[in-house]
Amino acid sequence: MTRYLDHAATTPIHPQVAEAMAARLGVVGNPSSVHAAGREARRVVEESRERLAAAVGAHPTEVVWTSGGTEADNLAIKGLWWARHAADPRRTRVLVSAVEHHAVLDPARWLASQGAEVVELPVHDDGRLDLAALDAELAAHGDRVAVVSVMWANNEIGTIQPVADVVARAHAWGVPVHTDAVQAVGHLPVDLAAVRADAVSLTAHKLGGPVGVGALVVRRGLDLVPVLHGGGQERSVRSGTLDVVGVAGFALAAELAVSDLPAQTARLAGLRDALLAGVRDLVPDAVLRGPDPASGLRVPHNLHLTFPGCEGDSLIYLMDSHGVACSTGSACTAGVAQPSHVLLACGVEEVDARGALRFSFGRTSTPGDVEAVLAALPDVVTRARAAGMA
Amino acid sequence: MRVLAALSGGVDSAVAAARAVDAGHDVVGVHMALSRTRDEHRTGSRGCCTIEDASDARRCADVLGIPYYVWDLSERFEQTVVADFLAEYAAGRTPNPCVRCNEHIKFTALLDRATALGFDAVCTGHYARVAVGGDGARSLHRARDAAKDQSYVLAVMGPDRLARAMFPLGEVSSKDDVRTEAAARGLPVSAKPDSYDLCFVADGDTQGFLRERLGSRPGDVVDEDGAVLGRHEGAWGFTVGQRKGLGLRHPAPDGRPRYVLDVRPATNTVVVGAAELLSVRGLQGVDAVWFDSPAGLAGQGRAQLRAHGEPVPARWHGTEDRLEVALDAPVRGLAPGQSVVCYVGDRVAVQATVDRVRRGADHGRDG
Repeated sequence: MTRYLDHAATTPIHPQVAEAMAARLGVVGNPSSVHAAGREARRVVEESRERLAAAVGAHPTEVVWTSGGTEADNLAIKGLWWARHAADPRRTRVLVSAVEHHAVLDPARWLASQGAEVVELPVHDDGRLDLAALDAELAAHGDRVAVVSVMWANNEIGTIQPVADVVARAHAWGVPVHTDAVQAVGHLPVDLAAVRADAVSLTAHKLGGPVGVGALVVRRGLDLVPVLHGGGQERSVRSGTLDVVGVAGFALAAELAVSDLPAQTARLAGLRDALLAGVRDLVPDAVLRGPDPASGLRVPHNLHLTFPGCEGDSLIYLMDSHGVACSTGSACTAGVAQPSHVLLACGVEEVDARGALRFSFGRTSTPGDVEAVLAALPDVVTRARAAGMA
Repeated sequence: MRVLAALSGGVDSAVAAARAVDAGHDVVGVHMALSRTRDEHRTGSRGCCTIEDASDARRCADVLGIPYYVWDLSERFEQTVVADFLAEYAAGRTPNPCVRCNEHIKFTALLDRATALGFDAVCTGHYARVAVGGDGARSLHRARDAAKDQSYVLAVMGPDRLARAMFPLGEVSSKDDVRTEAAARGLPVSAKPDSYDLCFVADGDTQGFLRERLGSRPGDVVDEDGAVLGRHEGAWGFTVGQRKGLGLRHPAPDGRPRYVLDVRPATNTVVVGAAELLSVRGLQGVDAVWFDSPAGLAGQGRAQLRAHGEPVPARWHGTEDRLEVALDAPVRGLAPGQSVVCYVGDRVAVQATVDRVRRGADHGRDG
């Protein structure tokens, strides 16, 4: 039996979502068509927009459907930089935290080829943004910053970022803020009206919806230059035929995840804490990365550890051979694990960063999953250590 | 047995893994990532290091129904194979990086890691045979298909590690059979071209790679009497026996072609001369790896000096780590750094790295 502890990579689709999508799949209709079939499809899209907006505290007109989190991040970073830089050519700077997902970091770094100056803001040991560094950067160059991007919650080590503090500081300089909330919605209370970020990336498949659909929630009146040009379906900011079935699945999944949140948060945090306690018992020198769960600064479903003397390649193989699906937590190129830029930014030595494992829980996780990991762990760590010495 | 099948993304390793599965072993596929800056697509005949090769390996594992992982051995590869390659050229020798890769990566780093993780053997697509003697000792033999035989580049692994190596292609009669078998099994690499260039040298431009990594260091090209005949950009760019690319402006007085006779890093000079001066009658090897029992440490048979070189009749004797080889017929252009493998019949007796060569009059046919 396979134990799936990689919900931060993707989590099973909610059965009600699958059912609703399946029921809709055979129905024809392009939401941009004016006939009856088109109008029916449009109604589904707009209802979905309203339902998603309600689930995250946004206004429906703020929701721009995308193909997922990566597209939303690209649209936010490039679209905001192009628009702000065009409006005020002195604004060349992009401020991002050093622990952003590659879907934010890489567009930002690419913008350097367009004349942008990219500043990767440092973080503390637990991955929390160094707000003093942001203050210093804004004080020195606040009138030359085009956009700030700081993620809501980190995908590898689960750190919750002080997004509201970032927004308050950046807005004082008239700088828009983007936040990647892909790992937050469904795991943390997310009220976009309260946080007042200007652009927020969301995705369906991390919260029980389908892969291939996401959204960028864009504050009304904010200028964005499109990344995808074409029919202009989404406020002329994003083109492409709207995915009626996908957005309907996304909206339903978001509603279910948000309504389930209080119960799931406590349950998943309990599983996570049980796993952490068990690991500390069995492998005393394993190191927790990211904030202490008791601090309240960590998403409830994430546990990230490094095992001294072990290679991630070996750990993953051995866990897999014991039927446990987990992750090294870091970005991959054709399956090759690179030392995590997140851990390095947290001050972890490269040699320690290699022995990383991320366990992430979700709706289908059970105490049996924790027991299976703990049953496998002594053998896994012993063998991985031996392989690390080889 | 629990078997780790090294999958390069090529046809040989895929069929080898398939045969291990057929034999009833519990097989796991591993693709070794040997470079951190990998090209997206395979170009021409370059090794196995592109993302496309990794994808091919993954699809073969899918077809075989075995788990598949990519292991990052790029740091070890850089520190051993590439570093040795550069150091050897810098020292005026001619290394064989494929031998070093088998020595340091496939049958050390990979094999040791596999053993620690609980595997009983590593399976590769090499063409060679392993035999088990009455006393349980393993011996390494040439493949049935002499044209594809790779025992020469495997001998460096030594007898102890043979017990944990598996070469399912040793008995096949030709590469065509392997391709036919791959196609019959539905493996998507059945028609993929063979690779033979160095996998870590971009565009196959070894000279460019050496220049980039070792730097330009101009010096003289001289004849055997020390007369300057031309200039070079770096002595590392030359291999004993090389004829082309010497950059000499004037032909030899006798009009005959000249060859590199010696590369001397100490004086940064390259010595060139007539073909007969290249003739080698014997050699001294270091870092000997004995397959024969140490008793006597002597033997006679044939010595092979290149991956696809013709074996020549030879006699040898040595100590635990040194080897003296006398060649019954002269060979041309043997360079320090090359690997020598001595065979008795089709069985490997000893392997060593050429340290010194003994030149002698060439009484050969085309002297």
